[in-house]
Amino acid sequence: MPTTAPAFADATASDSALRRFLFGLPGVDAVGLEARAASLGTRSIKTTAKAYAIDLAISMIDLTTLEGADTPGKVRALAAKAVNPDPTDRTTPRTAAVCVYPDMASTAAAALAGSGVKVASVATAFPAGRAALDVKLADVRDAVAAGADEIDMVIDRGAFLSGRFLKVYEEILAVKAECGPARLKVIFETGELSTYDNIRRASWIGMLAGADFIKTSTGKVATNATPANTLLMLEAVRDFRAATGVQIGVKPAGGIRTTKDAVKFLVLVNETAGEDWLDPHWFRFGASSLLNDLLMQRQKLSTGRYSGPDYVTVD
Amino acid sequence: MSDQNRLGVFKTYKLYVGGKFPRSESGRVYEVTDSKGQWLANAPQSSRKDARDAVVAARKAFGGWSGATAYNRGQVLYRVAEMLEGRKEQFVREVAASEGLSKSKAAAAVDAAIDRWVWYAGWTDKIGQIAGGANPVAGPYLNLSTPEPTGVVAVLAPQKSSFLGLVSVIAPVIATGNTAVVVASADAPLPALSLGEVLATSDVPGGVVNILSGATAEIAAPLAAHQDVNAIDLTGADAALAKELEIAAADNLKRVLRPPVTRRRPSNEAQSATASSPVDADGASDSEDWSASPGTHRLTAFLETKTVWHPTGALGAAGSSY
Amino acid sequence: MASAFEYAPAPESRSVVDIAPSYGLFIDGEFTEAADGKVFKTVSPSSEEVLSEVAQAGAADVDRAVKAARKAFEKWSALPGSERAKYLFRIARIIQERSRELAVLETLDNGKPIKETRDADLPLVAAHFFYYAGWADKLDHAGYGANPRPLGVAGQVIPWNFPLLMLAWKIAPALATGNTVVLKPAETTPLSALFFADICRQAGLPKGVVNILTGYGDAGEALVTHPDVNKVAFTGSTAVGKAIARSVAGTDKKVTLELGGKGANIVFDDAPIDQAVEGIVTGIFFNQGQVCCAGSRLLVQESVQDEVLDALKRRLSTLRLGDPLDKNTDIGAINSAEQLARITSLVETGEAEGAERWSAPCELPSSGYWFAPTLFTNVTQAHTVARDEIFGPVLSVLSFRTPDEAVAKANNSQYGLSAGIWTEKGSRILAVADKLRAGVVWANTFNKFDPTSPFGGYKESGFGREGGRHGLEAYLDV
Repeated sequence: MPTTAPAFADATASDSALRRFLFGLPGVDAVGLEARAASLGTRSIKTTAKAYAIDLAISMIDLTTLEGADTPGKVRALAAKAVNPDPTDRTTPRTAAVCVYPDMASTAAAALAGSGVKVASVATAFPAGRAALDVKLADVRDAVAAGADEIDMVIDRGAFLSGRFLKVYEEILAVKAECGPARLKVIFETGELSTYDNIRRASWIGMLAGADFIKTSTGKVATNATPANTLLMLEAVRDFRAATGVQIGVKPAGGIRTTKDAVKFLVLVNETAGEDWLDPHWFRFGASSLLNDLLMQRQKLSTGRYSGPDYVTVD
Repeated sequence: MSDQNRLGVFKTYKLYVGGKFPRSESGRVYEVTDSKGQWLANAPQSSRKDARDAVVAARKAFGGWSGATAYNRGQVLYRVAEMLEGRKEQFVREVAASEGLSKSKAAAAVDAAIDRWVWYAGWTDKIGQIAGGANPVAGPYLNLSTPEPTGVVAVLAPQKSSFLGLVSVIAPVIATGNTAVVVASADAPLPALSLGEVLATSDVPGGVVNILSGATAEIAAPLAAHQDVNAIDLTGADAALAKELEIAAADNLKRVLRPPVTRRRPSNEAQSATASSPVDADGASDSEDWSASPGTHRLTAFLETKTVWHPTGALGAAGSSY
Repeated sequence: MASAFEYAPAPESRSVVDIAPSYGLFIDGEFTEAADGKVFKTVSPSSEEVLSEVAQAGAADVDRAVKAARKAFEKWSALPGSERAKYLFRIARIIQERSRELAVLETLDNGKPIKETRDADLPLVAAHFFYYAGWADKLDHAGYGANPRPLGVAGQVIPWNFPLLMLAWKIAPALATGNTVVLKPAETTPLSALFFADICRQAGLPKGVVNILTGYGDAGEALVTHPDVNKVAFTGSTAVGKAIARSVAGTDKKVTLELGGKGANIVFDDAPIDQAVEGIVTGIFFNQGQVCCAGSRLLVQESVQDEVLDALKRRLSTLRLGDPLDKNTDIGAINSAEQLARITSLVETGEAEGAERWSAPCELPSSGYWFAPTLFTNVTQAHTVARDEIFGPVLSVLSFRTPDEAVAKANNSQYGLSAGIWTEKGSRILAVADKLRAGVVWANTFNKFDPTSPFGGYKESGFGREGGRHGLEAYLDV
């Protein structure tokens, strides 16, 4: 069973110990954080750097469909796109993963077999997470059994916001135990946690509980990934590795639609966590429409002409 | 009075430094006469060491006085007016003798001086609102400017107006929380030295006002050059001395309030001042009309503006819908 | 630091600015040679390339400019405030229109990164004119009595660290209140003031209202001591400020001085550490630390000292030093060989006195004037680097144990311009801010400026305030 890094074993010894630990973390000044994120957003990424960034961004995408209307056909189409994003240019990298609901995991796994593209499945009564623990764990078990390489769980925001931090922590531990070889991404739903101090505390709960990735959001609420909340989570994984030696990934999800946005996030990664995180193993974009914009920008770089939507595939 | 046979008791005038009444450390005194040359009393002739001691006392008092609430300082200044009201006769006598005024004119000057304490007592908790406030900066910050006392202020009191002028230069300095080292009128120091006695019994903490008598230039020179004095009011200096002192004051960039003879004044005030602009024998000017409404410039002359910024932050990471 | 993600060069185009091979003095609405025909060269500090040759004003030119300003004063001060306001609004708008050109020009002549001229200097310049434009017809409501009158001719001498911004801080309130101006920019950064002269012409500003004299300290001295100057405004070193204060003794010249500083940036153990680190970096490395209000002394609580220093060094290693015109450059060139020599000498003193030096690992370009971001640890109040203004990218780190000690150390300076406070505890911010003897206190932020916000120092950092309603007083006969 994954356990808390030894350096912080005391932090999770009890509800009150965890609370003390979380409230002892440095506060976050919202204006300063947002100003830093905005300042990094003014980096000008051109030519070779841009080409590098676009390919890296494509390779970091968890190409996602999480709709009630999802069908095997839709999932197979998405999987095909993940493996071969630009049919006109075979040098285009594959995306990191395809992200689906648990009942679509087996379809995705079949479609992606041998491609190297991972199957990610949301679980734990995504997106609300309002179900009994047994149900959530069963959800995880199903997804893993269906071939999911990665599990995207949601934390219990109700427990978090009512101050039951140990409950949040223990639930992540339990889910992690069900994951087996699958990597666990822990979604905080930052838009519901509302404050940056909460996001920092949630990040530490997730990291202490053995998350492989911490992830901003489900994409199902008004505010999803932002440069500021992603910067804050990058600071958290940076600090956690400095303290424990354990590296944890970060996944902003929802709302990242353009190449310009994606490059800004990569600059955040580069100048906050550092180049060790500039790898699909450690950084992901939870997105769908982003991919086509990256592909159009990629075509523009190689041909010198601006591309158009008819020259990329609809999902 | 019927005690014509009784021999009067003379008063020994002393300096007022750090809430105590020392003689000059030099042991020197000089003769103070009335306007007709009749001997009135001996006054201590302060030395540079007295000036030094006064600065030490003023610095020591600064923290407490500047840290007192504005309301409290207002109460203390008002208390000075109350105490003066009870000792009016003494001051009328001293002012009449010092300035050669009729009793009624001297009484008018003393009344005006008492009223001036009342005027400044009321300013202590208002100047902050007049001279400071929030600034609408273009960003998510609260930005607040507050006037603060500059520190220890050396005050050269007017040479002519021994009491109304004196009060008019001391009260605004201390109203805002500065502490003062006051050089009294050289020829007419007695009302100033008596004022020290009133201050000592008016809840003014020791060291907030320190009063020195003697030759203005001798005391003012070390004050102007003193590195622990933050500002100097040159009202009682003639043009030549004022220039010399202003040069010395530049060594630590003291805030300098020039004497009226060189200070530009709004044109309407300048005219009225010129009309009754006496310049005494040794060239000292007293062109300020002390009976005029004092305005706020003597308050603001010894204030610093401190501006504090703080992020206003967001209500939440998700932004606010308000 | 080599990274997989190397940012390709992203230079801002130089072609937006057309620098003439030579410039004259701007007197009475015309560009003219110096009376004695002297000229001097201005170079780009990042490359040592000569940018242009400008006239070198002497005493005769100062006299000519003051006369022009005096002549213009009569009509200018008699104009209705609403008309003066419109001239200033025009100037503000033209600055906005030409801001990219001016940003590139400023970066070339000063050496600071385009990111700063583009995002900080130029927006603030335009905002300052816009702000004071609005005051011109509202002076009756400024709290200085009815119909406050201008002083006359303002002699203004500005430094090289924010050439155009300091010009704006000086000229905008002077004109709004009805004064006329003779301004001398610093000898190492004359160009943006000359471009501003052109903007005055474009705006149709009456001749003689603004006069620009390029030159050295002797011209500045001749200007501030000129008997027909009514107002002296100076931003620069404390030594020169004191000389000016002496020179105006016994006159009726009104003076404002904005001088040096040794700002304390105080970090408490409950600070928002990541933002504090950003604030420390902004505090001392903005404009290569050539900022009078720089947070050049870091006072960090001992209980978090190691954590903060580790974070700071890590952060400094990501700073990008190099071509100031590259949009990704964080640290540009030092303004002049002279300033570089001064920084180098003070840093050598710091090392000789036993402070421990650490410099960010960055490669310095082979030509131009450069200094790597540097910090000193093991510094005490007794060290020269804790007391003297270095005016460069050099941070002195001191520690403290209690809030009282922090305040005592922060105030233990001849200066009193700026200070920073980092703590999440509101009451501590208010208590410490109250006790600091500094004109600007940034709490949980640093180096923020705004035209509505008064700026200026305590103690030997000078006197008078620039900006806001307070900034009007310096130019009014009140």
